[in-house]
Amino acid sequence: MSATYLPAGLPIPVPEADGLDAPYWEGTRRGELRIQRCQDCRAWQWGPEWMCHRCRSLRMSWEQIAGRGRIYSWERAWHPVHGALKRHGPYIVVLVELPDYDNVRMIGNLLGDPHQAVTIGAKVEAAFESHDDTNPPYTLVHWTLRGDT
Amino acid sequence: MSPSRAERTLRGKVAVVGIGETTYYKHGQAPDPEVTLALRAIMAACNDAGISPLDIDGFASYSNDRNEPSRLAAALGLPELRFSNIQWGGGGGGGSAAVGNAAAAILSGMSDCVVVFRALAQGQFQRFGTASGARTVSGEQALTFPYGLFSPAQRFAMRVMRFLHENGLDPSVQRAIALASYHHAQQNPRAVMHGRPLTPEAYDASRWIVEPFRLYDCCLENDGAAALILMSAERAADMRQKPAYILGVAQGSEHRNGARAHNAPLYATSSFTTVAPHLYAMARVLPKDVDVVQSYENFTGGVLMSLVEHAFFKAAEAEDFLTFENLTAPKGRLPLNTSGGNLAECYMHGLELQIEAVRQIRGTSTNQVPDADVSMVCSGPMVTPVSSVIFGSEATLS
Repeated sequence: MSATYLPAGLPIPVPEADGLDAPYWEGTRRGELRIQRCQDCRAWQWGPEWMCHRCRSLRMSWEQIAGRGRIYSWERAWHPVHGALKRHGPYIVVLVELPDYDNVRMIGNLLGDPHQAVTIGAKVEAAFESHDDTNPPYTLVHWTLRGDT
Repeated sequence: MSPSRAERTLRGKVAVVGIGETTYYKHGQAPDPEVTLALRAIMAACNDAGISPLDIDGFASYSNDRNEPSRLAAALGLPELRFSNIQWGGGGGGGSAAVGNAAAAILSGMSDCVVVFRALAQGQFQRFGTASGARTVSGEQALTFPYGLFSPAQRFAMRVMRFLHENGLDPSVQRAIALASYHHAQQNPRAVMHGRPLTPEAYDASRWIVEPFRLYDCCLENDGAAALILMSAERAADMRQKPAYILGVAQGSEHRNGARAHNAPLYATSSFTTVAPHLYAMARVLPKDVDVVQSYENFTGGVLMSLVEHAFFKAAEAEDFLTFENLTAPKGRLPLNTSGGNLAECYMHGLELQIEAVRQIRGTSTNQVPDADVSMVCSGPMVTPVSSVIFGSEATLS
């Protein structure tokens, strides 16, 4: 079994040129899941933006969160559109809602059998997948079903 | 005194007076460079309108069209260029907006004769449905591409999956939309899928591209170009063709639709929930008045959501409403995508849908709806901004 959910050769994520999401990518390297939080109104925010969508403050900070959520939507991709996925077979992408953090949603693969039945609402937790041998190295956040459902 | 909002309207002020298309090709098979396709479509639209290309003084397009108005104006030898406009946003969301932007330029006096155009030669550039060869990605792409979330089908599948879940619908509810498009294409000799009918059995047996989309839920990818000529209603009345008047047009999307990484609060929408009411208000039309609809099919699930958001039926009624009989011309309750559209005529990025909507008003569609006076186009589902337009015959102006 491959060490990573999807085969090697997919695009390498790097922080945006203006540095907006650099704290996220630095955090995943350390096994920390971090999202934005407004220092003024305390709203959680994801995806990253320079301004708080709720109070329009520009004082956004990054806080570590617990990677626990529930599946909000999902898809099973069969047709490969990238060379690295040719002959790989299906894989599952999930959109995970985090009720403890203003219901922000995060994207990842659902680890495990790519043919498994997926239930919207199922509880999941974050799983870190390191890619240490790429240039630059990076760490992805995936999701895995939680045992306490 | 400035006009009130009710007085600020495009209703009946501007009309489409010419339509033109190139031959529609499979992707990569156009014999001409993309800019030549654009010029051919514009010339065809001028011929249809009975005007000289020298009468054009404005251009409007969308979705990052590569053919700049300044180049086109120079190629055509226009005496002057007065309006050049492109609608922000990708996909087909700008198709109706480009018509609206052109009409606004005419109504405001900035331009007298605007051509709305779109040209695509995907074989000469990158196909929409393939991933680029980029080694690194950042921003939104960094949060999606490494998970195998690349193509438009992959980008939108989770929105449709959520919509199906919230409304207790099975993916098979999408089937009749595909069947109607393929059926209409069989009467349309311009259609890439002319002579290639689709049966329910073939639909059901087709492979998943990405659940909940099967092969036939997905649009084609094609090469070609299309163009429409717009003028003031006053001038349109003297032109060769029966005018298709703009009754209403609206563009945009709801609250934070563009929130990154799939964080739109109203996720399970096609982005029309706030746009459609503006459309109907300007057009002074109700859903029941609409005779025929062209609804952009990137994916059939997006059409389903577009029709719900334009209030033709409620989501819970989708299984009953979306039948082959209801969606097909001439007698269906709501004939849909009567040229074959993006699924079966040509993926002309939805501009072929504008042209078909005009044909329905003229009475010249190959799948004509009898006495079509009110003809709608919904452009773009699930992207942002989206847009919609309603065309009317002269009878709707009184």
